[in-house]
Amino acid sequence: MPTTKKPDRRGGKITPKSNTIKLKFDTSWSYAPAPESKSAATIKPQYDLFINGEWVKPASNKYFDTINPANEEKISQVSEANTADVDKAVKAARNAYEKVWKKISPKERAKYVFRIARMIQERARELAIIESLDGGKPIRESRDFDVPTAANHFFYYAGWADKLEYAFPNRNTEPLGVAGQIIPWNFPLLMAAWKIAPALATGNTVVLKPAETTPLTALKLAEIIQESGLPNGVVNIVTGAGATGAAIVNHPDINKIAFTGSTDVGKIIQRAIAGTHKKVTLELGGKAANIIFEDAPLDQAVEGVINGIYFNQGHVCCAGSRLYVQESVAKQVIRKLRDRIESLIVGDPLDKNTDIGAINSRQQLETIHKYLKIGKEEGAEMYQSSCSLPGKGFWCRPTIFTNVAQSARIAQEEIFGPVLAILTFRTDDEVIEKANNSPYGLSAGVWTDKGSKIFNMTKRMRAGVIWANTFNKFDPSSPFGGYKESGFGREGGLHGLSAYVSLTN
Amino acid sequence: MEKQELKKSSLSISENGIEKKTSSKRLEVLKTYKIYIGGQFPRTESGRYYVAKNAEGKQLANVCLSSRKDFRDAVVAARGAFGGWSNRAAFNRGQILYRMAEMLEGRKGQFIEELMHQDSSKAKAEKEVNLAIDRLIYYAGWCDKFQQVFSAVNPVASSHFNFSVPEPTGVVSVIVPQNDSLLGLVSVIAPVIAGGNTCVVLASESKPLCAVTFAEVINSSDMPGAVVNILTGKVAEHAPWFVDHMDVNATIYCEKDSTVQKMMREKSALNVKRVFFYDSINWNTDEGQSPYFIMDTQEIKTTWHPIENIAGSGAGY
Repeated sequence: MPTTKKPDRRGGKITPKSNTIKLKFDTSWSYAPAPESKSAATIKPQYDLFINGEWVKPASNKYFDTINPANEEKISQVSEANTADVDKAVKAARNAYEKVWKKISPKERAKYVFRIARMIQERARELAIIESLDGGKPIRESRDFDVPTAANHFFYYAGWADKLEYAFPNRNTEPLGVAGQIIPWNFPLLMAAWKIAPALATGNTVVLKPAETTPLTALKLAEIIQESGLPNGVVNIVTGAGATGAAIVNHPDINKIAFTGSTDVGKIIQRAIAGTHKKVTLELGGKAANIIFEDAPLDQAVEGVINGIYFNQGHVCCAGSRLYVQESVAKQVIRKLRDRIESLIVGDPLDKNTDIGAINSRQQLETIHKYLKIGKEEGAEMYQSSCSLPGKGFWCRPTIFTNVAQSARIAQEEIFGPVLAILTFRTDDEVIEKANNSPYGLSAGVWTDKGSKIFNMTKRMRAGVIWANTFNKFDPSSPFGGYKESGFGREGGLHGLSAYVSLTN
Repeated sequence: MEKQELKKSSLSISENGIEKKTSSKRLEVLKTYKIYIGGQFPRTESGRYYVAKNAEGKQLANVCLSSRKDFRDAVVAARGAFGGWSNRAAFNRGQILYRMAEMLEGRKGQFIEELMHQDSSKAKAEKEVNLAIDRLIYYAGWCDKFQQVFSAVNPVASSHFNFSVPEPTGVVSVIVPQNDSLLGLVSVIAPVIAGGNTCVVLASESKPLCAVTFAEVINSSDMPGAVVNILTGKVAEHAPWFVDHMDVNATIYCEKDSTVQKMMREKSALNVKRVFFYDSINWNTDEGQSPYFIMDTQEIKTTWHPIENIAGSGAGY
């Protein structure tokens, strides 16, 4: 809600003559607030653990608050699961696996998963509101992206349950058993869907832990699962922080660990399962290169870059956080980007006009601030939107760094916030070298009008998902996952099935 | 190699220039078993060696006891070769693997002899060499086919052309099976290179002869140098290096030693390395070959490309 006008801070070094019409959103246009109503959502004041189809109190009897990052107000309190609770959940999952789920016919298994998809669709509005309340993301995104994509994911994988023999030529599949799943706070419901849907479709049972700052939609999903009549214990949802996650990773009766989160924690998990027979898939961090060539449709490219880095406040592992612009168009692109971030509406996540919501937590805001400081100290030039920020809650203006060195920490390390590092290049070889010069390899983007150049670039970039003339697109049928230190295994599509089956002759 | 008694023999040339044997026995020329890095056959930079012996304790050869530096050099070489090899046409990779099989077929006798020095019976040795040749043919054929079997065009809901294809993971370090010193080696590295990866291989510690001789097969089969690099040495010494090198993308280990496996998993976390244990596979059967072995060292890349919607009312004819 950029209503207050701040002094124009565009007196920097780059003052090219703009040949585009400049839109003055902040003066000529203002949007009346259009808040989504909270009344469409039911949130209990307290949530227990969802184990064996029932809500059970945590053994520790400890609860912790989950707050709205947009105003720091408490929304609800959720249980802190300890080792005993996790053990109880794993036992329930094991029991459900042995006695029910692995014996049930694949056709019936499919119908349960279809039913969950349908019930998410039915309760979509409620889920979207809670997602935005608990995590700070704009309602437009949770309504139009997170929740429908989560439902679609269940719908997609449901259909695989009785068709697995077509997915793996010349092999039979067997479920792995009990899957321990740990998911992050950036797409809470969607990540739960990415984990649970393929696990159930392939005949596994689940113990899932949502992130401690965003547990509510996973708990609402537990309500849906309960309502769906899914046999008890097939899905168990336990809340808590790192210690709860560690209890899952270290539990001896878990067959499979699926983790989405930071590369640091992914490495800890990889070490922790050494010496066990647990299978693991890791979806870790990223530092995606987004490349604009001089022949690209620049206005479209700028929109793509904005979507690439400011979608979900930049809390996206595949965010296009390193922008490489060909030198000949760099000034123009930077000018356009600076104009464009001025027009982004930062504010109330529940407002339907909002483009950028709240930063997920105080801790994450501190991390982002740390990197803003590092960027400036490293000699990069920082530009931020002049928008005003709400007084309470966790907020960060959309930020751009120019004059960034390839070796700069803001070009090498994942910030996980609305911060774009801009670098330039001259030749194809140079930009490939720079783009691939990263320990990460999750995603990348390329903008050019030339088809043959697109496929040259998409082939040579070492990343698992590559967007050409688009960015941050997702679909249940499209495999997602990284190269190198961005992890291994795929989620989504046919390839996502292999994370949850063992193949037999 | 069998050391031959050196009889008091000498050659003399008679007046008419015709060679005259003064001894009935010719001295056999022994091969120095060296390592294979970057398409060259250097000795280990360390100057170290160990004596490979057969079950009876008879000396087979002085074998290079490769060092960590040798391994690092080999990784540098393998990384350098990765771009070229992974960009070769899949068809061309298939031809080169086929050429390897041809070369192996032509040197069958030598391998059978070496396997017999390493305690194999003649019948077993013949079978092993035949299987190794056939396995190379099997993977030569897969080079330009597994991509089709394991790719997908994904029917996304938005207006995009979206497809997923396998791509090689990069540099793979391989500790090959300690038994089946030829067949194991071929079975494990063929799927790695068929898929466009490059590799650094540690030969069987007790039976290293075939591995070094196999390097000569590779060297004479149009395979670019450094796609396959073969070291000899101690598994216990090399295993940690093979898995903690930051420029190695994946590691394959073929023994059941649970201590080594645990160490490997722990160290693999350094750069999120992919680790595979092929520890219970009978390489002598069809279980030892499958395109799923190729897929272990592949990454799936998904590409999104927008589809224009102008005039997109759909064909009505």
